[in-house]
Amino acid sequence: MTWKQMFTSSIGQKLTMALTGLFLITFLIVHVGLNACIWANDGGQMFNTGANFMSSMLVIRIMEIGLFAGIIIHVIQGLLLFFENKSKRKIGYAIEYGERGSKWYSRSMGLLGTLLLLFLIMHIYHFWVPSRLGGMWNIKPLEEVDYTNGLGKQYHNLYAEMINVFQNPIVVILYVLGCISLAYHLMHGFESAFRTIGVHNNRYLKMLRYVGRGYSIIISIAFAMMPISIYLGWIR
Amino acid sequence: MEHYNMNLTLKIWRQKDAKAKGGFETYQVKNISSEMSFLEMIDVLNEDLITEGKDPIAFDHDCREGICGSCSMYINGKPHGPWKATTVCQLHMRAFKDGETVVVEPWRANAFPVIKDLCVDRSAFDRIVQAGGYISVNTGNAVDGNAIPVDKDKADKSFAAAACIACGACVAACKNSSAMLFVSAKVSHLALLPQGEPERKTRAINMVAQMDKEGFGSCTNIGACEATCPKEIRLTNIARLNAEYLSAALTIDKEN
Amino acid sequence: MLDAKIPEGPLDHVWTDYKGHCKLVNPANKRKMEIIIIGTGLAGASAAASLGELGYKVKAFCYQDSPRRAHSIAAQGGINAAKNYQNDGDSVFRLFYDTIKGGDYRAREGNVHRLAEVSVNIIDQCVAQGVPFAREYGGLLSNRSFGGTQVQRTFYAAGQTGQQLLIGAYQALERQIALGNVKMYNRHEMLELVTIDGKAKGIIARNLVSGELERHSGYAVLLCSGGYGNVFYLSTNAMGSNVTAAWKTHKKGAYFANPCYTQIHPTCIPVSGEHQSKLTLMSESLRNDGRIWVPKKQNDTRKASEIPEEERDYYLERRYPAFGNLVPRDVASRAAKERCDAGYGVGTSKQAVYLDYGNAIERYGQIEAGKKGIANASAEDIIAMGREVVKEKYGNLFDMYEKITGENPYEVPMRIYPAVHYTMGGIWVDYELQTTVPGLYSLGEANFSDHGANRLGASALMQGLADGYFVIPYTIGNFLADEIRNPPTSVDHPAFIAAQKDVEERINRLINIKGKTSVESFHKRLGKIMWDKCGMARNAQGLQEAISEIRKLKEEFWSDVRIPGEVKEMNFELDKAGRVADFIELGELMCIDALQREESCGGHFREEHQTEEGEALRDDENFMYVAAWEYKADHDWQLHKEELKYEIVKPTARSYK
Repeated sequence: MTWKQMFTSSIGQKLTMALTGLFLITFLIVHVGLNACIWANDGGQMFNTGANFMSSMLVIRIMEIGLFAGIIIHVIQGLLLFFENKSKRKIGYAIEYGERGSKWYSRSMGLLGTLLLLFLIMHIYHFWVPSRLGGMWNIKPLEEVDYTNGLGKQYHNLYAEMINVFQNPIVVILYVLGCISLAYHLMHGFESAFRTIGVHNNRYLKMLRYVGRGYSIIISIAFAMMPISIYLGWIR
Repeated sequence: MEHYNMNLTLKIWRQKDAKAKGGFETYQVKNISSEMSFLEMIDVLNEDLITEGKDPIAFDHDCREGICGSCSMYINGKPHGPWKATTVCQLHMRAFKDGETVVVEPWRANAFPVIKDLCVDRSAFDRIVQAGGYISVNTGNAVDGNAIPVDKDKADKSFAAAACIACGACVAACKNSSAMLFVSAKVSHLALLPQGEPERKTRAINMVAQMDKEGFGSCTNIGACEATCPKEIRLTNIARLNAEYLSAALTIDKEN
Repeated sequence: MLDAKIPEGPLDHVWTDYKGHCKLVNPANKRKMEIIIIGTGLAGASAAASLGELGYKVKAFCYQDSPRRAHSIAAQGGINAAKNYQNDGDSVFRLFYDTIKGGDYRAREGNVHRLAEVSVNIIDQCVAQGVPFAREYGGLLSNRSFGGTQVQRTFYAAGQTGQQLLIGAYQALERQIALGNVKMYNRHEMLELVTIDGKAKGIIARNLVSGELERHSGYAVLLCSGGYGNVFYLSTNAMGSNVTAAWKTHKKGAYFANPCYTQIHPTCIPVSGEHQSKLTLMSESLRNDGRIWVPKKQNDTRKASEIPEEERDYYLERRYPAFGNLVPRDVASRAAKERCDAGYGVGTSKQAVYLDYGNAIERYGQIEAGKKGIANASAEDIIAMGREVVKEKYGNLFDMYEKITGENPYEVPMRIYPAVHYTMGGIWVDYELQTTVPGLYSLGEANFSDHGANRLGASALMQGLADGYFVIPYTIGNFLADEIRNPPTSVDHPAFIAAQKDVEERINRLINIKGKTSVESFHKRLGKIMWDKCGMARNAQGLQEAISEIRKLKEEFWSDVRIPGEVKEMNFELDKAGRVADFIELGELMCIDALQREESCGGHFREEHQTEEGEALRDDENFMYVAAWEYKADHDWQLHKEELKYEIVKPTARSYK
């Protein structure tokens, strides 16, 4: 068995999805943890410190490349599988199979994933681009959102950027919708990833199901609450 | 349970042969007893068609007791019809109400081409088994049956997986036309037994390779197959197959 | 007199000696020799796999879309083997003895002893193949008891033993296909045997998808095509189970033995109406725990639950106290028919008796309560716990019953009635399983050899696999060793061309009748004649009537059958027509056979020959022979007798009291 044979087989392709998916799931924990610092309500002190810490670490910057690679692989592999699987039934049914045995979101991972991809493009444009590329297409003049740390070094003020972006109700709604897509995507993806990597012990599967649901709901609500909190002025 | 008679409108897929285009035909059946099996209802319709000088509906069936795996009808959007853990031949007409319209289609998947009307070619399943769904033991080599004790729990799980009748309903129900439930049932049946150990790696790898070659889709763990399986083969088997396959693919020490 | 060619010597050494002395074919020659196998049930699949492993070139044919769908798959209960794992006194001799006795002393000692000997190898072989038999907690194989025996020697895999054994054989077969030793022909039906100079040299088969005829030649033909129970229309056989392949060989010279021996299984789900297309068996294992009864009052219309204990007649326990509900099938079936005929039947049709699990549920419930240390469990709790136990043991059978009847068998007693299940008769074979046509062999239910006039439960699977795995690989070599000098037969040989022409003409004749009546309705009519007059009880007058009715039916069939569609396409009606035409001819022979056998034995019960208590009355003086029929012409058969010699077992009146 060659590596190519392994990764191009149906299970191998699913493995790629599962591994990148689990990597992204791990990333989301870090991401939500850091962002939750905005609720310290200290004018963004804690949050910006964390964000700057992350962006100044070489390891993290390397990981960031991995993160982008992970996302891209997850997206491309996912789309490839979606179209390939669709092509396996050239003549379809007159009556659709429907609900029995599966959830709508399990059957709609391609759609949810695509929505998430669109969300992600917007999200990167809002935050990653200005912070990493120094406002190349920034929506605000740079000096208004820049931030100086205790040692006098200038950083991009991500907190201010957030406050700024989430003043727009349409953006807030789009973010909340993105979080809902994320919740459902994870609701299936979390457990499915573990099944794909071969967890078949019923006790563990049961545990993973509950952990997965908890994770999907908590992560997504936490993320969704951020734009809402800012828009409603709960933090400033 | 109260017995009753019913009249039904049937919309059935008709296709002269593998090359023909095919389409739905509408038929009326009258005075169908709630005690009939679904196939007996089709028998009645076929008798009528023969009397009218028309071609009866071709469908696969044999044992009519839910074990041979021949019957294969997609009824009102469900392989084997609305009942749980049931093959079409065991589906009885008390599942339907008077005046209902019932749509009957063949299994749909590229890997299961239609041969005629509701008959499809499922030989892909045989070829998957040929790729490794066995234990290589020639007749006459066996040791005493009790020489190899088998953990009862594993023996029971192995049996539950081996209960698969290869009807193909899992493929028909799956939005990806995946045969993973079938393949995983066979791999699980043999991997759970000590006798299956020597060929464990090659079996998983070769059967999956053949499954892919036959044109089945991949598994996205949605669970429609499990809910449709007349023998209630569990989705866990698919996870077990994934484990078998990945551990084999990662550790096998040969290129081909 | 026919000679079974059982080698001389003490019975327990005959098979060993045979194996030590039979001729062999060297591996280089095996590669050149093609063997044709018809049918892929337990006998056919195991034979195809074993011969492929030996290096022969095998061609296997089945009418189903996959070899795994052969009707062996439907066997529920189990497979016997003289392993004595339960330490309850079983042995090869006891299995041999029980089978001979169960067969009402109409089976051949030599064959049955060999069957008992190899039974132990079958279990080993199947375990090695990965057949998931039921096991105890210690990891060892579990056994249960079955009708007609007093030891626990039945190995099982829940209620799906046949399925698991067949899948084992199927997998072995698929492995040989993958290795190129076996070529598989799915959706093919054998329609003619080709003989040259009296030897079997090949077949004409029809591709059931394209409708094309094909010629296949070989050094030997193995007929593993199963039984002919569908002659009764309603039976527990699969819809496609047929006698056609066997019947073609019969008409080409293979004698048909004991066709009247049919087994009526006592525990089937009763017929629910005119529309019924087949009958479903409930495993005999249900008799282990269930109790069979009818009301003591005639035409009792009360519900089962309203009939008090003292007004119930547990007639099997009453008549046969030693075996009770576990008497052999023929005895249990006749007793049920006797009660129903006498007006004690239950259900709307009155053609049913109760199989009651009420007692078993209570008994198991009490055991469970004891295990759990619940001293004063309520009646409801006991029943609930008992139901759980019964569900564990028989859940799938109870579910099946509920699906078919719409009644919940945990709450109301099941209704059962006997139905045609197995045919002990079949193509006559000698000790080597060779028929009267050299080069033509018959294995499994298709032959007649091992069960005499009645088969014991869990013995059909044993025989099919014994023949395929452990007998034919030896005996066929003894024949083929002398054939290696002959070159392979070309399929362009005039005999093939002539045979194909015959088949074509017959098919064309059938399809061109263009009458008014469907194949199905002819089949139903044949079934009714057979069930009424050649079924569970037979008499001379009825049989004579049946013969003339069947002859008339045959004429009508060949002048009025309507087969839609074309020859050169997938045409299920045409397939069925050919099979029903053969069933009609077989039906006549069955009645002729039943008529000549002026005695009652096993599955053959002649009303003229019974004791005052209604038990079967054998006539060993005049009928201790196998009736093998040679086909001469339409409606004309010649009887050949094979004398049955009992050297070890002394025939006695079979008593299960």
